[in-house]
Amino acid sequence: MARTRHVLPGFRLSLGFTITYLSLIVLIPLSMLVWKASTGGWDGVLNTITHARVIASLKLSFTTAFTAALVNGFFGLLTAWALERYSFPGRRVIDAMVDLPFALPTAVAGIALVTLYAPNGWIGAWLAQYDIKAAYAPLGITIALVFVGFPFVVRTLQPVIADLSMELEEAAACLGANRWQTLTRVVFPALLPATLAGMTLAFGRAVGEYGSVVFISGNLPFKTEIAPLLITMRLEEYDYSGAATIGVIMLIASFLILFTADLLAQWNRKRTGH
Amino acid sequence: MKTSLSLLSAVLFGITAQAADFELLNVSYDPTRELYAEFNKAFAKHYKATAGKKVSIDQSHGGSGKQARAVIDGLDADVVTLALAGDIDVISQQAGLIAKDWQKRLPNSSAPYTSTIVFVVRKENPKNIQDWDDLVKPGVNVITPNPKTSGGARWNYLAAWAYALKKHGSEAKAKEFITALYKNVPVLDTGARASTTTFAQRGIGDVFLSWENEAWLIQREFPGQTKIIIPSLSILAEPTVAVVDKNAEKKGTTEVAKAYLEYLYTPEAQDIIGKNYYRPRDAAAAAKYSARFPKLNLVTIDGDFGGWGKAQKKHFDDGGIFDQIYQPK
Repeated sequence: MARTRHVLPGFRLSLGFTITYLSLIVLIPLSMLVWKASTGGWDGVLNTITHARVIASLKLSFTTAFTAALVNGFFGLLTAWALERYSFPGRRVIDAMVDLPFALPTAVAGIALVTLYAPNGWIGAWLAQYDIKAAYAPLGITIALVFVGFPFVVRTLQPVIADLSMELEEAAACLGANRWQTLTRVVFPALLPATLAGMTLAFGRAVGEYGSVVFISGNLPFKTEIAPLLITMRLEEYDYSGAATIGVIMLIASFLILFTADLLAQWNRKRTGH
Repeated sequence: MKTSLSLLSAVLFGITAQAADFELLNVSYDPTRELYAEFNKAFAKHYKATAGKKVSIDQSHGGSGKQARAVIDGLDADVVTLALAGDIDVISQQAGLIAKDWQKRLPNSSAPYTSTIVFVVRKENPKNIQDWDDLVKPGVNVITPNPKTSGGARWNYLAAWAYALKKHGSEAKAKEFITALYKNVPVLDTGARASTTTFAQRGIGDVFLSWENEAWLIQREFPGQTKIIIPSLSILAEPTVAVVDKNAEKKGTTEVAKAYLEYLYTPEAQDIIGKNYYRPRDAAAAAKYSARFPKLNLVTIDGDFGGWGKAQKKHFDDGGIFDQIYQPK
């Protein structure tokens, strides 16, 4: 059997290391989760999955996370573009500020956001004039998730935009494309895969977010109760298998969504040749 | 091997070992921070004077149920001082770390102080809230944490239930009452402190169902903004304490842990308890602080609900009455 020769040595070592490391950090904890969920038996799992309240909370968690990812995709693209393509005073400071949602403990973020968006807060009071309820409503949850997911899109896009040479745009212009055509036919297709990648990261982060959301959501069953809170409640009742079951459902759903996004990106790459 | 190991640890940790003869870890619930900060100082002084040994005490605070789970999962607590007997029962039953008869080992069913649930309203009390019936009126906003995640919230819920049951005489009516009450709750925070913030800082709600000691704390932190209302009936909350036998045996701290909890019942400690807005058991301390603790009608968890195990199962477990309140029709 002919062995494929690699240019660099150490393939076996690094593969072995990768598998061991991945098992320790990801696979073993995740299989424990599945094992815990199975201790309740099929009836327990079925009961949890078909529970109306669990379904309502999962729906809420996934729709708010999805909305937040869309918002982040759009504004993250704008921000990354502005930071990479233009130079203006204070650019470096703003660039550094993008990372703040990473650094801040999420509970602090939640408290800060609810102070702003509560009916007696600065923005909340203004919104209340138009009968818009932000804090203690799904809108508030989305705002918190936009906050925690924002850096993912910007940081994924920045190097791609930096690599995107201006010559492409110039060539398009020389060939008679107007500015709008250049943007939609040349620039945007090149940035789409990275935008999608950033959005999936932001989405993944948002689905499981607990710390900042519980402060701003109001936690009313069937209305503003997110799935991670339901997990906490199950733990509080010493119902470990119920908690793990909800966790596994979230995990599978997230995996399917991320996997689909990845397939879409691949298909797009093949189609456009980028 | 063993000696060389202990020699090594003696070299490494020699400094801390010399600083104190004993180290205790007290795992407690959320609002007792101020109480135990003061009590621990007093006990260390007392123990040095009577037993001639130095003791240093570490504190851990959090939601009562969460703390119980931490001890079950291996947190090295010598003593637990939790919000309700049910949480200590769980440590005893699930992990076997505490003897089954723990509640009989200390006076007053191992509850050295008590507290109750009162109403906190805005300064002028614009909605004129005087008793439980006012909470179910349309347009009144009630702030209380989520009984699924907060020990204090369970006391709130049970007090309301007891009132409705006494007044209307049937469980069906009591369920109607409690459903109407929770319809008026705009935010279900996960813990008592978070609810305090929602009410006092965000300005949400007309009335806040609160631990008595927490209500006094709000008065102190936000002077002139709130008023305490004593309802016609409330519930006797008995936060309980216990030595975690297995942990203390392993660490050799059984004697000092016992002394620590027994000290809670002495006149000095009872005075600290009254000072921190908990109701003391000791008659002298109770008399000294009687102005802040008005007499009220109290139901008890054992007498009126058949103990924590039963109450938990019926009201708060998955599918219990609290879950049914939120079932869409």
